[in-house]
Amino acid sequence: MAAPPTGMLELRGVTAGYGQFTALWGVSLRVSAGEAVAVVGPNGAGKTTLMRVISGLVSPREGDLTFEGQSLARLPAHEIVARGIAHVPEGRRIFPMLTVADNLKMGAFLRSARRGYRDSVERVYTLFPALAERQKQRAGSLSGGEQQMLAIGRALMSRPKIILLDEPSMGLAPVMVLRLFDLIRRVREEGYTILVVEQNVRQVLKLVDRAYLLEVGRIKMEGRADELSEQDFVRKAYVGL
Amino acid sequence: MIDPIFIAEAALNGLLLGGVMALLALGLNLIFGVLDIVWIAYVELVMLCMYLVYFLVTGYGWPIWLGGLASVAFGAVLGVAVHLLIISPILTSAAINQFLATGGLLFFLQSFATFLWTTDHRTVRLNLPIIEVAGMFLSFARLIAFVVAILAMIGLYLFLRHTFIGTAIRAVSQDRDAMRLMGANPQRVYVVTSAVGGAMAGLAGALLIIQYSVHPYFGAAFGPLTFMICVLGGLGNMVGAVVAAVIMSEIISVGGVMMSTEMGYVIAFVLFIVMMFARPGGILAKRE
Repeated sequence: MAAPPTGMLELRGVTAGYGQFTALWGVSLRVSAGEAVAVVGPNGAGKTTLMRVISGLVSPREGDLTFEGQSLARLPAHEIVARGIAHVPEGRRIFPMLTVADNLKMGAFLRSARRGYRDSVERVYTLFPALAERQKQRAGSLSGGEQQMLAIGRALMSRPKIILLDEPSMGLAPVMVLRLFDLIRRVREEGYTILVVEQNVRQVLKLVDRAYLLEVGRIKMEGRADELSEQDFVRKAYVGL
Repeated sequence: MIDPIFIAEAALNGLLLGGVMALLALGLNLIFGVLDIVWIAYVELVMLCMYLVYFLVTGYGWPIWLGGLASVAFGAVLGVAVHLLIISPILTSAAINQFLATGGLLFFLQSFATFLWTTDHRTVRLNLPIIEVAGMFLSFARLIAFVVAILAMIGLYLFLRHTFIGTAIRAVSQDRDAMRLMGANPQRVYVVTSAVGGAMAGLAGALLIIQYSVHPYFGAAFGPLTFMICVLGGLGNMVGAVVAAVIMSEIISVGGVMMSTEMGYVIAFVLFIVMMFARPGGILAKRE
């Protein structure tokens, strides 16, 4: 029996929030295998909550989300990682007191990832040579850009099928932002599926295939990245042209 | 004037006591670092382990080393039991509730021990020699306890540094949520941490029973001292705990010889209060 044509990751009518506060209202979204998709929108639109719902740190109140056809709703975060979803959280959240190498080691904490640990480390160091030079350094002593590389490298260590990137450019110097987007492009070229949330709309739309516009918890618009960046509304509000 | 040799002897004894106190403080600190909860009843677990060794050695004729191993295993089981039965249900409660729950456990264990074994002081008689070094007399039991405590701390260090789960324990103490995103089940990390912390209590119990007699209120003497060492060293700071353990033990031991045992404790506790104003983050706070 052929599976119905669905995306790799699919959200249908997801409503979620914290306590009395609702951050997402019936959000539907789809990411197909091999795609790079962005969710853009202003501060407080619910972008981070969206990422946290997918990775299981926040449970959805309503709606369903599936990954490769299986429901993720109510699964604890650590089991969602095991399905192949790696989340690079907002603010990087590396372990500051651990060395760079130990941070990467923790990325391979999953039993399935531990077997290929050596291999994965090599791949991450090839992708981010700056990390290889600083293996023995405490992660907290790295620059912001290097910390973001480490956070992404750590996520790759779990051998994921999709990577969720939450505001990767946050807090970085403009020069570093450009370099970082180059690096994410290289990660993409390695064949990873990517879902990225960004405020730096102009840069991220150059990187992805499709994008969703999220405003006050609702999807306002969706479309191909090039189309979206042509929309007057988006240009005025976010791209700054 | 006191003969300097007595002071040197007291200083050496203080160092030896410091080793065991450091072990206790590290166990408590490890659990605090990962779970963010202070096990108020930690030294009461040590007390239970001391009784175990006492009964195994005097009642059943077990050799002390075997009794010690049993104590380590028993401590680990106690640690897991405390976590699953008491900590786990209140993990997300307000700090004061966690405080009351583990404090309640303290009184429960004290009373339960009194009920089972009365308030008699019980001592394991081992007939270990007193050794003389350069005119100073040292108890062999203390020396053994010190050496084993140091070895255990090295073992703990290697465990936390070089194993996956040990590194995960350090990582969880830095960022719980991030570790969930790495695929670690926090509950599993907590159970392992509690088992390791409990095993350290078990080892400390075995090392203390060869030096002191056990009674239901054993924890009243060593409990507060252990907390003060942890706080003085900076809660969760492992190196700080070891330094603070040696400082406090030295003051108690040397002060005890130069004045009286009571004055030794008075000075140690006054220093603690002063330090809480001067360096509330712990003696090594600046290095963090």
